[in-house]
Amino acid sequence: MEMLWFWLVSVMVAIYAVMDGFDFGAGVLHLFVARTESERREVLAAIGPLWDGNEVWLLAAGGAMFLAFPKLLAAGFSGFYLAMFMVIWSLALRGIAIEFRSHVKDAMWRSFWDLVFAVASTLLPVLLGAALGNVVRGVPLDATGYFTIPLFTTFGVGNPVGILDWYTVLMGVLVLATLTAHGALFLAWKTTGELHRRCVRAARTLWPAVAVLALLATGATAAVNPAVYRNLPHAPLAWVGLALFLGGLATVFAGLAGRRPLVPFLGSGAFIVGILAATAACVWPVMLPSTLDPAASLTAYNASAGAGGLRAGLVWWFIGFPIALAYFACLFWLHRGKVSAPEEGQGY
Amino acid sequence: MGDLLFWHRLQFGFTSTFHYIFPQLTMGLALIIVVLKGLGLARGDERFDTAARFWIRIFGLSFAVGVVTGIPLEFQFGTNWARFSAHAGGVIGQTLGMEGMFAFFLESTFLGLLVWGERKLGRRGHFLAALALFAGSWLSGYFIIATNAFMQHPVGYLTAADGSLQLADFWVFLLNPWAIVQYCHNMMGATVTGAFAVAAVGAFWTLRGVHPETAALNLRTGVIVGLLASLLVAFPTGDLAGKRVAKHQQPTLAAMEGRWQSGPYAELNLIGQPNVEGRKLDNPVRLPGLLSFIAHGSFSSDVKGLDEFPPDQWPNNLELLYYGFHIMVGLGTLFIGLMGLAALCLPGGRLQRTRPLLWALMLAFPFPFIANSAGWMVAEVGRQPWLVYGLMRTSAGTSHLVHPGQTVFTTLGFAGLYFVLGLLFLFLVGREVNHGPVGHA
Repeated sequence: MEMLWFWLVSVMVAIYAVMDGFDFGAGVLHLFVARTESERREVLAAIGPLWDGNEVWLLAAGGAMFLAFPKLLAAGFSGFYLAMFMVIWSLALRGIAIEFRSHVKDAMWRSFWDLVFAVASTLLPVLLGAALGNVVRGVPLDATGYFTIPLFTTFGVGNPVGILDWYTVLMGVLVLATLTAHGALFLAWKTTGELHRRCVRAARTLWPAVAVLALLATGATAAVNPAVYRNLPHAPLAWVGLALFLGGLATVFAGLAGRRPLVPFLGSGAFIVGILAATAACVWPVMLPSTLDPAASLTAYNASAGAGGLRAGLVWWFIGFPIALAYFACLFWLHRGKVSAPEEGQGY
Repeated sequence: MGDLLFWHRLQFGFTSTFHYIFPQLTMGLALIIVVLKGLGLARGDERFDTAARFWIRIFGLSFAVGVVTGIPLEFQFGTNWARFSAHAGGVIGQTLGMEGMFAFFLESTFLGLLVWGERKLGRRGHFLAALALFAGSWLSGYFIIATNAFMQHPVGYLTAADGSLQLADFWVFLLNPWAIVQYCHNMMGATVTGAFAVAAVGAFWTLRGVHPETAALNLRTGVIVGLLASLLVAFPTGDLAGKRVAKHQQPTLAAMEGRWQSGPYAELNLIGQPNVEGRKLDNPVRLPGLLSFIAHGSFSSDVKGLDEFPPDQWPNNLELLYYGFHIMVGLGTLFIGLMGLAALCLPGGRLQRTRPLLWALMLAFPFPFIANSAGWMVAEVGRQPWLVYGLMRTSAGTSHLVHPGQTVFTTLGFAGLYFVLGLLFLFLVGREVNHGPVGHA
């Protein structure tokens, strides 16, 4: 049952990364690819109806982690205290920027919120990538099950560790580049004209960089946490993840050369899911390794809630999850096709 | 350590009180929007849709601020209350998880459709979107209240070998009688807030002599819904909530009423100042026997005073609890009076001509926010010194490794951010109200 919940949480995190990922990417890019007010509104029309729902996947994944692995949530959130608040405040400013922008028809008001939207959208992938790096590298958990960690120490990966070191910064850059490239493909899919062409150009520039960074990160992970690769031969799901990862990358490059803009976007989605799935399969059952003592690591077994809660949660999860997917299917269907800039007062 | 507890509590108290300004408005407005859209659909009357369109714009603004101030609260369980999360997450993680799955997805899907989709959906579709958003926001409210109810009156749990709380019976936990009573009381409180806002805007436009048609509709809707909700929030829901406190949180009831000595024919204190050192209520104005009757249904029943309980079980901010309770009840009584008076003036359009009453309605809208906040302070301060009533003390639930200075820093950060958010919200709502029901490009 712990294994099932480990995978349910992983699935929700992966969906979150793919879904909110494209609107993060759109936020990073929109100052560069959308030059006129009408183009900016096109970008917002593309993500406007979706971004809030995308962000709910973060809350839903957090909720699932809370009910299934409360000790992991408690240790992780309190340990990364100040970094968590950077995430919280960035999320708040970003949401406000999207929602308040269209309410006042004034060029400076809109430029200001566009800037806030871009900065918050850039900061968040870096922070989330660094978080992923910390989860792979480990944190100074002791036998009490808690830890505290400074923002940075010597930027080396050995004890005493900090939130930012060369490895976690690399992961932050990788995630930023990946989500930006992912967002470029989403916008290329949903837009037309000059905006569409700029997005395709951005994607063509970014994806080779993503491939190089992914290669670097793979090598770096072997140096930072060799145990990850020791599990590889015994983890069939990791091979599925790797196949998705490579297949997704190939689809992106093939799709960029082709004429159907949805294909490379789906490819980049598979690429993101693949990385996360392969990582999850290789680290199982460890969810937060300790750099002090491997026995103090939090795993799916020692961080989990009781069997009663896991069982009850499973029942409603399998009712709620298909409903959530159905909402998204409806939303994508209602907003299918290319977007156009909405009239004033009729949309974002 | 004492410092740390103080800052953690201040931060959560501040961020949750600020957050709840917005959900009480959106939950109240959600119901009123459904009523307006429903009447518009049933009668084929465009005026209702015009009125609804304005409130949907306000709803959208309020919802956005509600979302961005609500997400921090979910994080703060882990960041500031780590030991509580580790201890009770096996139980309360259920309702917090269900809120995301069953309420937030529903709300986020239909919000865009309600705000921007009227043309695309048509009248019937737009009504259904309003209904879905109403269901989502009221469902969300239930999951949060059920979480809080477990902290007030834990049921359906068992204590595991490592001392942590685990879920034993899902339905007993989810349908906690405390949750059902508190939910009804809370949702009526939110409806009062929404109705007062609607009536206030109607009064403002009427006093200005603008948008007479929509203003009259707002006044009518706000006053009728406001009167019903003001009555229901007091009786039966408030009464039942009080009886549950009387039964299960006896020191809390005594503290709410500033009562130190036990005995039958307990008097209800209308006003007076609690004197904790002297263990008495100074300068009280009291109604004899009424507290016994309200708490237990009989004038002769015994109501325990604080002296029966060791001081380490008393709520530790007794004054705030006492005043919070009396402010809530006092305002609630005024709401019934004001809305009752306004309702009497509704027939024949007399209300539109009674300018003092219009002024009162216009200026009354902040008070339901105060009453709702005071009510939540009664619930949360009254629960002290427990984090989970009778099971876990608040001091045992903090993130003990977080340095107090970090919590001071983040609390100040929230204060600054929320100040700006509040200003922006008021600015944008003010523009909408000024602009009137038709809206602007």
